[in-house]
Amino acid sequence: MESLFEKVQNGHIWPLTGGIHPPSHKDITSNQPIGTLPLPETLIVPIKQHIGVAGELLVSEGDKVLKGQPLTTPGKGLSLPVHAPSSGHISKIAEHPIAHPSGMAEPCIFIQTDGKEQWVDRLPVAHYASETPEYLIEKIKMAGISGMGGAGFPAFVKSATPRKINYLIINATECEPYISADDSLIQRQATSIIEGIDIVATIIRPEIVLIGIEDDKPKAIDALRQAAEHRDDIHIRVFPARYPSGGEKQLINILTGQQVPSSGLPLDIGVLVHNIGTLHAIYKAVVCDEPLISRIVTVTGGAIKKPQNLEVLVGTPVSELLQHCDFKAIKNQRIIMGGPMMGFTLATTTVPVVKISNCILAPGKNELPSPENEMECIRCSACADACPVKLLPQQLFWYAKAKDYDKTAEYNLKDCIECGACAYVCPSEIPLVQYYRVAKAEIKAEQQEKILAEKAKIRFEARTARLQRDALEREEKQRLAAEKRKQALEKSGNKSAVADALARVKAKKAKAAADAAAAPADTAAVDSKTLSPEEALSPEEAQAQKKKAAVAAAVARAKAKKQAKKAQADETPVETVAESQTQEDDSALDPAQKKKAAIAKALARAKAKKQAKAAQANEVPDEAPVEEMPETQVQEDDSALDPAQKKKAAIAKAVARAKAKKEAKEAQANEVSDEAPVEEMPETQVQEDDPALDPAQKKKAAIAKAVARAKAKKQAKEAQANQTLAEQSPIPIDKDKEAQPTPDNEDDAAASVELAAQAEPQDPEEAKAQRKKAAIAKAIARAKAKKEANQ
Amino acid sequence: MSFKIASSPHNHNQKKTPVLMRSVIYACIPGMFAQWYFFGYGNLVHVFLACITALLAEAMVMSLREKPVRKTLMDSSALLTAVLLGICLPPLAPWWITVLGTAFAIVIVKHLYGGLGSNPFNPAMAGYVMLLVSFPLQMTMWLPPESLQSMDLSFVDSLSVIFTGFSTEGYSVNQLRMDIDGITMATPLDTLKTDLARGIITAESLAKPVFSEHGGIGWEYINLGFFVGGLYLLFSRAIKWQIPLATLLSLAVVSTIGMLVSPDTAAAPMFHMISGGTMMAAFFIATDPVSASTTDKGRLIYGCIIGVLVYVIRTWGGYPDAFAFAVLLANMGVPLIDQLTQPKVYGHTDKADAGNKS
Repeated sequence: MESLFEKVQNGHIWPLTGGIHPPSHKDITSNQPIGTLPLPETLIVPIKQHIGVAGELLVSEGDKVLKGQPLTTPGKGLSLPVHAPSSGHISKIAEHPIAHPSGMAEPCIFIQTDGKEQWVDRLPVAHYASETPEYLIEKIKMAGISGMGGAGFPAFVKSATPRKINYLIINATECEPYISADDSLIQRQATSIIEGIDIVATIIRPEIVLIGIEDDKPKAIDALRQAAEHRDDIHIRVFPARYPSGGEKQLINILTGQQVPSSGLPLDIGVLVHNIGTLHAIYKAVVCDEPLISRIVTVTGGAIKKPQNLEVLVGTPVSELLQHCDFKAIKNQRIIMGGPMMGFTLATTTVPVVKISNCILAPGKNELPSPENEMECIRCSACADACPVKLLPQQLFWYAKAKDYDKTAEYNLKDCIECGACAYVCPSEIPLVQYYRVAKAEIKAEQQEKILAEKAKIRFEARTARLQRDALEREEKQRLAAEKRKQALEKSGNKSAVADALARVKAKKAKAAADAAAAPADTAAVDSKTLSPEEALSPEEAQAQKKKAAVAAAVARAKAKKQAKKAQADETPVETVAESQTQEDDSALDPAQKKKAAIAKALARAKAKKQAKAAQANEVPDEAPVEEMPETQVQEDDSALDPAQKKKAAIAKAVARAKAKKEAKEAQANEVSDEAPVEEMPETQVQEDDPALDPAQKKKAAIAKAVARAKAKKQAKEAQANQTLAEQSPIPIDKDKEAQPTPDNEDDAAASVELAAQAEPQDPEEAKAQRKKAAIAKAIARAKAKKEANQ
Repeated sequence: MSFKIASSPHNHNQKKTPVLMRSVIYACIPGMFAQWYFFGYGNLVHVFLACITALLAEAMVMSLREKPVRKTLMDSSALLTAVLLGICLPPLAPWWITVLGTAFAIVIVKHLYGGLGSNPFNPAMAGYVMLLVSFPLQMTMWLPPESLQSMDLSFVDSLSVIFTGFSTEGYSVNQLRMDIDGITMATPLDTLKTDLARGIITAESLAKPVFSEHGGIGWEYINLGFFVGGLYLLFSRAIKWQIPLATLLSLAVVSTIGMLVSPDTAAAPMFHMISGGTMMAAFFIATDPVSASTTDKGRLIYGCIIGVLVYVIRTWGGYPDAFAFAVLLANMGVPLIDQLTQPKVYGHTDKADAGNKS
């Protein structure tokens, strides 16, 4: 039994399954001479005329170009140049409707021809057989040759395959009715076509070359036979005309008995198919160094008075062709670019002829009835019989109409070549191909969406993972930092930074105690500041550390004071201070706790002060900085507290301060001078609180303050007429119109009462009563104070 | 100047569904002529009645469905259903049998399933089976062939019987059904079935006057008429050859086997071929594209199922003829058959797979 290859060699034909036989109408034009079109004034050259990507522009508006001059330069991959079809100058580069079913516009180069037809310099290759394949491929590429059968696939890409090619198939089928462009080309250029075949054959070296041609082109067949007379490597295969034998996959099956795998390429089975027009273009590109700038176009149809084949420059508007062939439009005129089965209608005749345009068809009246009266599918399966791919179009239609795209995929919709045979035979005149196109587009869109969704999902997952990783890293960092600190602490003999600070403070305090004029707390504050940047790993940490440092400083100060006091044989419960203050470094504390802490702190401070004062009447100046620190701290905390809490805290502070002062005064009535700076701080604090208070409260507060001020002044004067320093405190207070605890011990009670009244603004009656009480209390206090002062 | 935009293909072969439907109706003419010749005007009246009913029923349903009435009536699909049903009915069945059967076929069987193209069952056969099951008496009012009839039936007589139950001379249907010997006539298939059930062997039964050399008197020519019409459909490519061939061949094969096994209790294949509705069903009923299989292989299977079922029901079933049941049963199998007999798509065949691997 002969092998498949032998069968092919012996001329076996595997006839097309399915297909249709519409009236061909080719003889209208096939036997006429090829006409020439007068040079059009304007040529419109789309910069992309093939499948793939456009080349890069080489010219700009106003440039003068010569015939055959490249206008674009190809990029990588599926990219081809276009050339100036004639000499002239570029009038503009703009978007223009192109030869596309959608009538979409793409960038086109408009060339104003000068009629000189001046060529660029050409480099013809006389002996292509001695050239390298690479050189020939480059030549084909730079001539801008794309497949001229319809799809427009760059020809050089096909030839540049490294794979083994068994069959080089030349497609001379031209199975679409009406079109005779290839037919007339073959009739006249058979020899150069054979040379074109030789050029491609030197590149890809096939086992055998098969020319497939339908039996309805006897003249072309004769011409080819004559041209290939003494060639036993070129086989001409004639088979019965049946649409769509010229489909690439169909032709391969007819000539080789093999089928291209679904979603595969002819290369997969060692086959390469070129359109016969492409081979002629290759011949011209290599042997004459003429790029692809013209082609033969069949202009035919009932609305054309002089139907013929024309040699047309690429870029010629369709209107020029129609005019030349005496076109008379009928009602509802269709202008079809391509054949009646797979061509597309043009909305405007300004569309230019491109490399793939093989026919302009203008059907007359009652010619080419288009399916219009769509009826129900009766499942007659005429479509299935006509389908060259053996699909079941009626099932596909059923599912496409129901938008069940999974099912259409199951029925191999993607293998549909959109030849239109099914729609041609459908007795119910259903535009089947249209349904399939829509379904294909929908499937494509769905897939696109799926891909996008998948990408989004991946991005989201990556982000989540990154955030988790970051969180873990942060935790790890914090843990390490904590450990580091712990280690650092352990190294320094189980003594904390606080302890260090304390030690330093102690030392200083001791000195201060000795000198009685030093300010040890300052150094503690400085220490805490220098400490914090070292460990500032993250903002949160830095903050926490700052806080800690501040706390430490405060503790240090407190301790320092305590020791100073101790030194003076005075015992005080400073532990509470340290405890309450260390609470602060826990940023996780809730507002209530913070408040408490603040109050406790304030109390502690107050006590500390009191004791410090009690102990050392002359060391008072250092109290200003001491109080500054905790207060700024409290301010920071405040932001987290709600207004009511802030108020309370402020009250507590004020009380504490007042007490502290009182004690200080008790100890030293004559040292009022230091109180001015001390009181400045609480005032700024109260200012901050103010916005949260309602006007009524503000008024009350103002009244209370005014009263307090008045008292304070009075007392100050009364107490120490000779100490004018005391006058300083009322000055900033007046300016701010703010409450200010008075230096006198009697006033502290009053102030606290007043502030308490502020804390309970909901009851004005009570507030009044309290105010009265406060006033009484103040009066008593004043009396006492006077008495004491006098004492 | 703007031009008309259309999507490809821009050509059509102009073989349209209404034309197809009408060509099937025309192909019925030889068979109907034979029917008229041997059994009188009865069936022509029924066909006419059925056509009127079908058009009215379809018009009503289409206006209820708010779809174009005229266009649908023009597709002739309802007319075809009516003609086929009218041919199948006993010549002297009362008029309401036709009206009821046709209305059922159009409204219930065709349009309730979505109209033309969507009905899973053959409307004519479903209507016929409904009538046969619901009105067995009226549906078995077959006449003896004209040569055996005791009195001639004019066109007016036929009309009168169909609409009133009595001829113009006052004979009832049962009287009309008697042959010259005063015996009520049944169809050849029915006669043979009854005889075989009574223990009479085939040869004896076939000696009865209702039978001719190969089949029943008249019935053989009616079948011949439909065979001729069927050939016309085949050659005009209105139908494909698979279903008729598979149906007739399978029936022939099975009946041959039956005859070889038990010659005394089985009829000859030829008898099966030219009796009852064999030809009419094989070429006109089973080939209804809507309810038949749509793949070539599927059509062969579908035809075989019908052929075998016909023999089974004719031999062992409760009804003398069996095409209506056989076709409906085969209709049920169509979705599965279509699913299992999908042709190998280009590029998916073993050849292509082999090419893919190499």
